[in-house]
Amino acid sequence: MTYSPKLIDHYENPRNIGSLDKNDVDVGTGLVGAPACGDVMKLQIKVGADGLIEDAKFKTFGCGSAIASSSLVTEWVKGKTIDEAETIKNTDIAKHLALPPVKIHCSVLAEDAIKAAIADYRAKTAKKEEPVSEGEQVAAPAK
Amino acid sequence: MNAFTQIRRNDQPIYLDYQATTPVDPRVLEAMMPYFTYKFGNAHSRSHSYGWEAEEGVEQARAQVAKLIGADEKEIIYTSGATESNNLAIKGVAEFYKDRRNHIVTTVTEHKCVLDTCRHLEQQGFTVTYLPVQKNGLVDLEQLRAAVTDKTVVVSVMAVNNEIGVIQPLAEIGKICRAKGAFFHTDAAQAAGKIPLDVEAMNIDLMSISGHKIYGPKGIGALYVRRRPRVRLVAMINGGGQERGFRSGTLPTPLCVGLGEAAEICMKEMDAEAKRLTKLRDRMLKGLEAKLPEIYVNGDLDQRIPGNLNISFAYVEGESLMMGIKGLSVSSGSACTSASLEPSYVLRALGVDEELAHTSLRIGLGRFTTEQEVDTAVDELVSHVTKLRAMSPLWEMAQEGIDIKSIEWAAH
Repeated sequence: MTYSPKLIDHYENPRNIGSLDKNDVDVGTGLVGAPACGDVMKLQIKVGADGLIEDAKFKTFGCGSAIASSSLVTEWVKGKTIDEAETIKNTDIAKHLALPPVKIHCSVLAEDAIKAAIADYRAKTAKKEEPVSEGEQVAAPAK
Repeated sequence: MNAFTQIRRNDQPIYLDYQATTPVDPRVLEAMMPYFTYKFGNAHSRSHSYGWEAEEGVEQARAQVAKLIGADEKEIIYTSGATESNNLAIKGVAEFYKDRRNHIVTTVTEHKCVLDTCRHLEQQGFTVTYLPVQKNGLVDLEQLRAAVTDKTVVVSVMAVNNEIGVIQPLAEIGKICRAKGAFFHTDAAQAAGKIPLDVEAMNIDLMSISGHKIYGPKGIGALYVRRRPRVRLVAMINGGGQERGFRSGTLPTPLCVGLGEAAEICMKEMDAEAKRLTKLRDRMLKGLEAKLPEIYVNGDLDQRIPGNLNISFAYVEGESLMMGIKGLSVSSGSACTSASLEPSYVLRALGVDEELAHTSLRIGLGRFTTEQEVDTAVDELVSHVTKLRAMSPLWEMAQEGIDIKSIEWAAH
């Protein structure tokens, strides 16, 4: 498979490999794919108090395209709000890396991964903000 | 002194894909050259010395090929390669005997040219039984015995598998076929010249041979067709009736000569080469096992040609590993490396978990592989597998003691 220089760069020098503490309330974790398919991505984001993604980490089991797609996504989400991060499209990833047609699905999985991480973060935040059971009224803060 | 290093460029990676193809042995090339130059005649030209010289080369080579497998030279037909030989053997007998027998038996791990030929024949009205294989890659003889009937025209089982290198019990299969009156065809592309073959002792009726798997040129192969008792075939290529009417066309003289020379070298050097390759393979496997936990050899390690290793490196996907080991040339059973995005059907037939199929590499050692190359390969593999495991969420889970099989994956 002849890959673009950008893709190869992400494979040789992947950005943000690693793990965040998934039990941390500010961390959202997305785990997508399946070992049987040969593609599994774990993508984690840490959202700061200002609502911006201050850190992102990934680990991927998959081909060069899968690794590059997930590495790129961690680069792109840093400094964005989660609403902005949610708008990342697989077509942008595929274009930036010049993915061959047979590898487009790797970029789709990366888009799924960031959305899964965001969904996880949102679910955690919603739990955190749940009203206390004694009937106390707490105004839902603006997201 | 390694003859191959003289013709290999310094910038080329270490070649470890000997099941895909082999370089032409310099001695084979030397034998071929006169037939590309002054001995250029058509071997079928009866009336002048150009033709006679070419014919001599072709017939001498035919005898060399026959000797390799214990056959008579009259039983060797030249073809363009094992794919053509497989097509000719199976379609040829099926077509000839179809009024009396219309059933074929084969295995699920055969090369695509055999499987595709069988599918084609199914569309023509034949029934085909695709036998499964055991975990070690070998066919179950009792299942085979039960599958062969008096309607079976041919049983086709490859002698050595191209992905996992396992050797099928040929003599036993031949016996079963004889008892039921079915022909025994074997695709010996990966076997000829590597393990001893004897068409008499093994009751083989048809055998396919490939030139470029035995350090000969590409574009040439052979089909052994038994004469006693006679095996009849319908030819696929019609024309001037060359090759006893089985395969028309002017013979590619230099390629035939190359095949013959390659066969003779293999015959002479088989034992020594097998010993040498076994040592190298064991060195590689031990080297990897010493530094990497959770690696698994696919297919039987004993009933196997010495030059093949097929290893699953758990938690690391095959294509990403191949991208890392730039100084090595190997192949993989991962879906990501195939145009169809399907993982290796051979590994699946062994019952290898899909995820382990994606982590597999096929490593082929051969005549020109050196100990130094093996050591370099081990170092590169260890280094990259380690790096990729550090990047793998599955490795992380395994280290944490999570049972990956227990997770419900939300796959596409």
